[in-house]
Amino acid sequence: MEQINNLVSGGAVEDILFYVFAALTLLCAVLVVANPFSRNPVTSAMFLVLTIISMSGLFLLLHAFFLAAVQILVYAGAVIVLFIFVIMLLDLKEEQRRKIKFFGLAAGLVSVGIVVSIFIKSLASIKPNAAPPMLEGETYALGKLLFTQYTLPFEIVSVLLLVAMIGVILLSKKKLE
Amino acid sequence: MDWYFIIFSVVKIALVIGVLHAIAAYAVLAERKISAWIQDRVGPNRVAPPFVKYIPVLGPILTRWGIFQPLADGLKFMLKEDFTPAGVRKMYFWLAPALAIIPSMLVIAVIPFGSQMGHQKMVIADLNVGILYTFGIVSLGVYGIVLAGYAANSKYPFLGGIRSSAQMISYEISMGMSVIPVFLIAGNLNLSQVITWQTTHGWLVMYAPLSFIIFIVASFAETNRTPFDLPEAETELVGGYHTEYSSMKFALFFLAEYSNMTATAGMMVTLFFGGWTLPFCGLDQPATSLGIGLAQILIFLVKICVLLTVFIWVRWMFPRFRYDQLMDLGWRRFVPLALVNILITAVWLWIRS
Repeated sequence: MEQINNLVSGGAVEDILFYVFAALTLLCAVLVVANPFSRNPVTSAMFLVLTIISMSGLFLLLHAFFLAAVQILVYAGAVIVLFIFVIMLLDLKEEQRRKIKFFGLAAGLVSVGIVVSIFIKSLASIKPNAAPPMLEGETYALGKLLFTQYTLPFEIVSVLLLVAMIGVILLSKKKLE
Repeated sequence: MDWYFIIFSVVKIALVIGVLHAIAAYAVLAERKISAWIQDRVGPNRVAPPFVKYIPVLGPILTRWGIFQPLADGLKFMLKEDFTPAGVRKMYFWLAPALAIIPSMLVIAVIPFGSQMGHQKMVIADLNVGILYTFGIVSLGVYGIVLAGYAANSKYPFLGGIRSSAQMISYEISMGMSVIPVFLIAGNLNLSQVITWQTTHGWLVMYAPLSFIIFIVASFAETNRTPFDLPEAETELVGGYHTEYSSMKFALFFLAEYSNMTATAGMMVTLFFGGWTLPFCGLDQPATSLGIGLAQILIFLVKICVLLTVFIWVRWMFPRFRYDQLMDLGWRRFVPLALVNILITAVWLWIRS
């Protein structure tokens, strides 16, 4: 009993959960793009949902409750439902294996290279044993940051979304005239 | 976090899920009895185990009320043949009922169903972002229906699945925006804190009646109840998304609908009707004795039952909307209304401060 108490309060459970969620995230992310058992687009979309849910598990372990909830609400609950909606309506057949073209390969490699370099750079800037960020009660703190320090980027992003929305309305209304 | 925390959490989870499913089972009975009453019929009044008729007075009354009907229904669901049609996508056909029922059970975790018993708070997880968690989990509920429609690989279930995905996303938006004024007024996203606020200021339904109306209508749509039951509209889609399902798999969809209703009712009780509190006899303070603790849980359950009755009542009083009317109502009436509601509340709070 005492030993289990120590184990639980000593953070061992959180460590185990971290590895479980991290492994799940990576596994599901790979299965989204390269599933050896199925080429069905709906299956890929469902694995994307699993990826997002396990990622929000990782956010929870960092005590970022707000981010975890919003991640599930926005991506798993709305965006991918729309993906599935579109996939079903278009009635896509199973994807054929395509020949890899040189241009596509080069572009893919360049973008992967850029992401990896950003990743390495940000990993290098982390100091080991830094104090964990205090994010409790963070809806308030987050809201304050968004409307003071980051007002301009926040507003720009909303304008960007508005532009996209107007664009869609324009494109879909054009045929009616 | 220690050993006792884990034990008590497991006990609470088991009890809450047990009670949730009992309420769901008897909500089905209530639905049949109330619909019968509205349509001038009798409703289930026959089923009883063999020994009941030997009990004097009470036995016939219980039988006439149909108290044993849910048991018979459950037994029937389990004993029927679990038929898998030839053309279905097997994997999703199995997955969909599970995906329908899991969110409906997870939602209840953040809702405080009582103050405290001993030193245990009567809520499974007292989250700081309780309401966001709820909306996140509720939004996952759509997968069960969409995948059921997709798995069946036939026309009508598919149409039901497509309808439900569009409907649930649309109404989630107005549902989410309708509760913003509530949290503007109460000043906290934690559901226990919202209840505490209501004990000192009065129930939130008086401060935000428009929020309540939008929320209750959106929750009819989210739980696929008439007047918004287009995913299963039996006159046009045979049975909608669960046409191809039978036996226990169908029962899971059925159970999911009623537990969703119960969870939504619990949410409304917490947000608008003071949760487990009543404004007299000291029932609005955290319980000091076991009796008061139990009484508060009972108050919560009674409030839920009242709201469930409203759900059932509405279902049998109104005809179904047409699909374009549903979308029109969701996007062009409720979204602007909810936005105006947020604005008015914010201005009112600003003037008052």
